[in-house]
Amino acid sequence: MRIVIPLAITFVAGMIMVLNFFVPHEPFKLLGDNLQEWYMIVASAAIFLGAMNLLHVHFRKIRLKLKNWKYSPVTIIGFLMMLVTGIIYGVVEGMPFDYLFQSAVVPMGATMFSLLAFFVASAAFRAFRASNWRATLLLTSAFIVMLGQVPIGAMIWDKIPLAKVWLMSVPNTAGQRAVMIGAAMGVVATSLRMIFGIERSYLGGTD
Amino acid sequence: MRRTAVLLALLLLAVGTVAAQGVDPPERPESAVEEETGGEERPSGPEEVVIAPAHLTNTVRVAALDRVFDLQATDHPNDAGGSVSLAWDFDIKDEVPDSLAVIRRGPSGVEERIATLGGISTRYTDTTVSDGDSYSYWIESLRPDGTPAAVSDEADASSSAQWIHSGRVAMLIILAALSLIIIYYIETAKRGKKLYIREIAGLAAVDDAVGRATEMGKPVLYIPGIMDMDDIQTIASMVILGRVAIKTAEYGSALMVPTARSVVMSVAQEVVKESYLQAGRPDAFNREDIQYLTDDQFGYAAGVDGIMVREKPAAIFMLGTFYAESLILAETGRSVGAIQIAGTAMPSQIPFFVAACDYTLIGEELFAASAYLSREPKLLGSLKGQDAGKLFFIILILLGVIAATIGQFWAPLSSVADFLRSLVAVS
Amino acid sequence: MAGMIEKMGNLDRRIIFILIALSVIIPLALGLIFPNPVGAEPSRALFDYVEALPAGSSVLLSFDYDPSTMPELQPMAMAMLQHLFRNDVKVVGMALWPMGASLGQDAMSSVGDSLGKVQYEDWCMLGYKTGGGVMIVRLGSGIQAVFPTDKDNVPWSEIPMLAAYSTLQDFDMVLSLSAGDPGIPAWIMMAGDRFGVPIGGGCTAVSAPQFYPYLGTGQLVGLLGGLKGAADYETLVREHPDAVGAEGGRAVAGMAPQSVAHLVIMLLIVMGNVAYFAEKKRKGGVK
Repeated sequence: MRIVIPLAITFVAGMIMVLNFFVPHEPFKLLGDNLQEWYMIVASAAIFLGAMNLLHVHFRKIRLKLKNWKYSPVTIIGFLMMLVTGIIYGVVEGMPFDYLFQSAVVPMGATMFSLLAFFVASAAFRAFRASNWRATLLLTSAFIVMLGQVPIGAMIWDKIPLAKVWLMSVPNTAGQRAVMIGAAMGVVATSLRMIFGIERSYLGGTD
Repeated sequence: MRRTAVLLALLLLAVGTVAAQGVDPPERPESAVEEETGGEERPSGPEEVVIAPAHLTNTVRVAALDRVFDLQATDHPNDAGGSVSLAWDFDIKDEVPDSLAVIRRGPSGVEERIATLGGISTRYTDTTVSDGDSYSYWIESLRPDGTPAAVSDEADASSSAQWIHSGRVAMLIILAALSLIIIYYIETAKRGKKLYIREIAGLAAVDDAVGRATEMGKPVLYIPGIMDMDDIQTIASMVILGRVAIKTAEYGSALMVPTARSVVMSVAQEVVKESYLQAGRPDAFNREDIQYLTDDQFGYAAGVDGIMVREKPAAIFMLGTFYAESLILAETGRSVGAIQIAGTAMPSQIPFFVAACDYTLIGEELFAASAYLSREPKLLGSLKGQDAGKLFFIILILLGVIAATIGQFWAPLSSVADFLRSLVAVS
Repeated sequence: MAGMIEKMGNLDRRIIFILIALSVIIPLALGLIFPNPVGAEPSRALFDYVEALPAGSSVLLSFDYDPSTMPELQPMAMAMLQHLFRNDVKVVGMALWPMGASLGQDAMSSVGDSLGKVQYEDWCMLGYKTGGGVMIVRLGSGIQAVFPTDKDNVPWSEIPMLAAYSTLQDFDMVLSLSAGDPGIPAWIMMAGDRFGVPIGGGCTAVSAPQFYPYLGTGQLVGLLGGLKGAADYETLVREHPDAVGAEGGRAVAGMAPQSVAHLVIMLLIVMGNVAYFAEKKRKGGVK
């Protein structure tokens, strides 16, 4: 019973969403719209769960003086500052919340994103070794794309950007499509397994 | 085996080339008006609608329009009823009306203006009708002072709801066929037929990775991507998490799951709890290890990087939907010396994982993981069905490429290509 | 010698990081500008498509990004707006990302002011709405229902230029500047495939490969990929005979550091390979 009820809910909800896509007639449209709205409501309510979990984990760390507990007050203070300024002043432009967001959250996000430049370099240095013919092929195409992506490529030889476009629009496109089609089949199969209750390990049941 | 791979690569290359040469761009009818105005090569809107030339918006809106003609009222297709689509055209003499009024006469005979539109509108959808009743529509073009300048003919329509979406019938058939194939193979597997499953290195390494973490006395870090529970990759990731959690429970190593969504956190907690129960180690389950960090993409990346640097996990799993944070996570994980197993169906992130991780599950392998790890016949059967489905699409693509290529020189085959395209097109 | 080669093969990542930082900082500090020739690339395709729009056409420009990807996408927005305004195309802005609305408004008002375009007559910013693809579908049946007011809460009926638009199909094309999800794919699937509106756009360099399949099928009329795409567009806008008062772009200025950084990465890769082969030869020799 403990497993049957969730499985039944999954089946009914899954079938409604599938039918909703193919059958425009009521009641499927209404049911489908409603289910999507329910998800939004559940997800919004779950934000409180997330916030409570965040506070609980970090207060517990401080209370028990667990490893690295000294970082936890930073998290809690940051969380409360954003929460309180948001509640008191609202989130419109020019208010303290907006100020904190623009001058702390935004630059920190940009910093994390720009780390990519460095990590791409170190990953490329390590990964591109001409160890066999396939790796050499990969290395060559990487060089062409890297050169074609900047003006220097065209300065060296004006056909390099064209080679880049060819690499991107033919072999790259073919590979992308293959991955997309394969993944789409995986999505269909996974959805079927969930809807028909064949996959139930996430509910703790094996058979 | 290698020959098959080369053949497949050639096929893919062919698909790419044909597409890149633009053999199969979706057809877009040219608007009649455009031809008159010198034929700018500009694709116009959907089939049934003719768009007024946009350059007219710039002219001075003074004079009245001669007439609105060819008004067509039809039941709005593929909906739950309650709406009628209107489309019309202009007779243009370099003048546009200031505005247009849409007038309706209902079943009771009452005339009412249901909308006032901008002077260049050529379509309107009336969503306030009741199914089965007949309505008459006409359009009046208005002068700046609001007086009517010209009136169109009347057009009648009634709305109805459709039981099947006409643009999706082919897809429904394909989906049903795929489902039947998958179910057939599941049944075959249930009857005890032995099914072959190829070695997936990344999944074969799951045991080793968890074992290594146990030996080193370090935790296992599981990152389920940054999307919510309504993303199928996150769902697949939760299924794999269940399998990994059974292993960590058996081996007795700590499992940390930082999440970017609250719902994912709740689900992950339940999944891991169930796995520990199943492994007979409910006492070892620690709810605090599955925590919510933040919804913010790069805030989450920073938080997880922090966990990696402080806790130095021996094994890191990154399975789910990832965007630009993929390499930030994977490079940091590598720098702390963890064995890393990644998997995603996001094509643009796969190269980053391949470069920085020890093993990468590419696309569908992520969805195959649960079957691979459990070896349950029913799940393996569904994999086999999936392969059959893929074969179907490979054949379809092959036929399409051949038909489209030869169709360039021999017209009958190009209509075959069009038919194949219409099979897989969804509206 | 062998020790040095080994060191070269296992270069400390911190050295790589410093080299990359220097390769960006030095060209920026020196104010190096490289010419940026534009070949037959998707960026040119986009430019040509927009160029072919007759004066008075309407474009829906969607700002689907936030400040973290602004360095790549904001220059695209500026260059596109210069082009659109110069050709007297009307621009309606909106955003699928919450932060995109104010970034878009900034870009539109600064470019609009410099080219003498008037808010609410030549351009307006509808603002942000949640919902991604679902919301785009709703735009297909009525824009006013989704955006009853613009970003600054001015009612739809009080904005003169909006009278010309009732649904998505009233636009001659949609341009999306997209940093992720929701973004270009949502526009292609909903606005392009369902309502037949031509889609073009720009994206971060990281996600550009993902969109090439759509260029092949014509579902995207053109694409700007990363800073290079932005620089291409700036160049094309400026090269045009009508380019009066077009400012030197930030993306073109970014091409020099990017060129040097790419060269440095390639040099590092070559070094790594030299070390790899030297090591292989040495080991082979011992055997």
